[in-house]
Amino acid sequence: MSNMSMKGTAGDHQADEQEWGLRESYSFDRATIADIRRAARTGLYRIRGFGAKRVLPCFDDLVFLGASVSRYPLEGYREKCDTSVVLGSRFAKKPIELKIPITIAGMSFGSLSANAKEALGRGASEMGTSTTTGDGGMTEEERGHSKTLIYQYLPSRYGMNPDDLRRADAIEVVVGQGAKPGGGGMLLGQKITERVAEMRDLPMGIDQRSACRHPDWTGPDDLALKILELREITAWEKPIYVKCGAARPYYDTLLAIKAGADVVVVDGMQGGTAATQDVFIEHVGIPTLAAVKESVAALKEVDMHRKVQLVVGGGIRSGADAAKALAMGADAVSIGTAALIALGDNDPKYDSDFKNLGTRAGFWDDYQDGTDPAGITTQDPELSARLDPEVAGRRLANYLRVLTLEVQTLARANGKSHVHNLEPEDLRALTVEAAAMAGVPLAGTSWVPGQGD
Amino acid sequence: MSAVENAGQKGNVAVLDLAESDLRTVNSALQANNSSKASGYFQVVNSRGAHAVACGLDAPLDVEILGHAGYFCAGMNKSARVVVKGNVGTGVAENMMSGEVIVRGDASQSAGATAHGGLLVIEGNASARCGISLKGGEIVVKGNVGHMSMFMAQSGALAVLGDAGDALGDSLYEARIYVRGKVSGLGADCIEKEMRDEHRTQLRDLLDRAGCDDVDVSEFKRYGSARELYNFKADNISVY
Repeated sequence: MSNMSMKGTAGDHQADEQEWGLRESYSFDRATIADIRRAARTGLYRIRGFGAKRVLPCFDDLVFLGASVSRYPLEGYREKCDTSVVLGSRFAKKPIELKIPITIAGMSFGSLSANAKEALGRGASEMGTSTTTGDGGMTEEERGHSKTLIYQYLPSRYGMNPDDLRRADAIEVVVGQGAKPGGGGMLLGQKITERVAEMRDLPMGIDQRSACRHPDWTGPDDLALKILELREITAWEKPIYVKCGAARPYYDTLLAIKAGADVVVVDGMQGGTAATQDVFIEHVGIPTLAAVKESVAALKEVDMHRKVQLVVGGGIRSGADAAKALAMGADAVSIGTAALIALGDNDPKYDSDFKNLGTRAGFWDDYQDGTDPAGITTQDPELSARLDPEVAGRRLANYLRVLTLEVQTLARANGKSHVHNLEPEDLRALTVEAAAMAGVPLAGTSWVPGQGD
Repeated sequence: MSAVENAGQKGNVAVLDLAESDLRTVNSALQANNSSKASGYFQVVNSRGAHAVACGLDAPLDVEILGHAGYFCAGMNKSARVVVKGNVGTGVAENMMSGEVIVRGDASQSAGATAHGGLLVIEGNASARCGISLKGGEIVVKGNVGHMSMFMAQSGALAVLGDAGDALGDSLYEARIYVRGKVSGLGADCIEKEMRDEHRTQLRDLLDRAGCDDVDVSEFKRYGSARELYNFKADNISVY
């Protein structure tokens, strides 16, 4: 029977109605059904990488106003728009000087391959910015290839030692990260190779959990003493950052300042992770947009804005995101997931490999699995070898170059000769939510929900 | 005036006075030996509970602290021998790499936290979380230890001549625990294990180095990891 002969029959109408009438439940969509089925099958919660995937108020909900009769712009390619940043000028004898206001966030050797860490160092160094170690200690690859390296001081203290503290350019005391404020680290057995096990002093192949609290301090008063100790060990040379996941950024920022931080790093809930429970990633923490406003308010409250620097991370993808964070008052931004994508994460050229893993390029988030076809979030020697650190480093440098050019473009359009001259006045919000969270007026109005009447 | 210039010379002893000099001056006088790795004998007086005293040393110094010390005393020590003639606050010898730290009095929480090496001896009692996240260091406590001692300890050893509090060795990895007295309770995945010759030898050596050569190793019990929680299993949820 040909299709032609069926055309226009009553039976075909019914088929159309059936097919067109398929309505997926919002509450129980296919992804939700799959989650429930997976939970029922395995009895384990889902652990994955990447950041929050749900729709959130974000920098896309803000726009720059640009120049007008009352504000004149600067000429692109002609008039200077400075992008340099100094971090750690409060107490450190040797503050960090960066050429661009975009830094690379902390990611561990262990979660990432040695080649990926090297590539991050190469790309960042080429552009005059910093990279950051992660939970697992400092490797020669990253120290060697990172002109400016921030050494994270984490609850696990894997590989922690005073020599690495002294050869770091700054120290970042990690209280939390955006993907999981209140959660510790996780590195599943398949990624605990001999080298990773040795650096972390753990048996090979176990599912390793990093502590969520520091072993020798809790609370802001102890933090002040911990910062004192780190300064004494490093002769007050190194800037001390305090990194928090966006939980209570107003208070966390105030407390970090009081405890003696040079730099506060605030990571919103869109921030990525190498391995965290999905429920944690999607349901704990507040969006980056809201976190920046709260942190800046805290800095201004105690007259420390620009004296204690603010670095903002969590879902930064473009020069527009970076410029909006700066305009809201950040001194610099940090990128993690975006940097990995620049290196080659989720590269479509490995789509057949992704299909074999039951996923697709563009969707893959199983960083915990150690099977990354792009050779980035893996310890498998064959997969790691797919990532050429020089090529990937150049890709990251290119990406950072584009971000910087985009930030400059927006700054010039608003008439700013330094990216730090961008200000909330240059911004308007497109949604009521973003207006309230960012504390800038809804476009076309002078209304900032939550401020005054 | 530098602390060393300021230091009254008692024979070969350089005296650093925290009543006269600030913490940075005193610590930098001690740390000045880090580059040369030179030996030397220092006394720190009037410590009066100061925090971060004698931290970050990296030379075979003999340092005596005459009085109580606050948080993070001798933190991240390498090579030096630091003796505290008093009590210490939280995190004494935290993340020690090598050398020796001896506390004549009591220690507060998290004594020897994350120590990668070296020997910490506490002649009095140690409070909660003694040896937390230990990574190869060795600790001898002549008195008792508080709850959650050796929480998540990865390697190294703790010997307790007195009693241990609740949840000893919770979530322990490969570190070894020896207790002579009573244990209030064992933490998740921590079990009593057989004392074999290698353990008796290790404990004997540890006690000898801590100046406890009169203590008999046969009076101790050994505790270690059951290794049941090394990999995630849904059925383990009830133990937490």
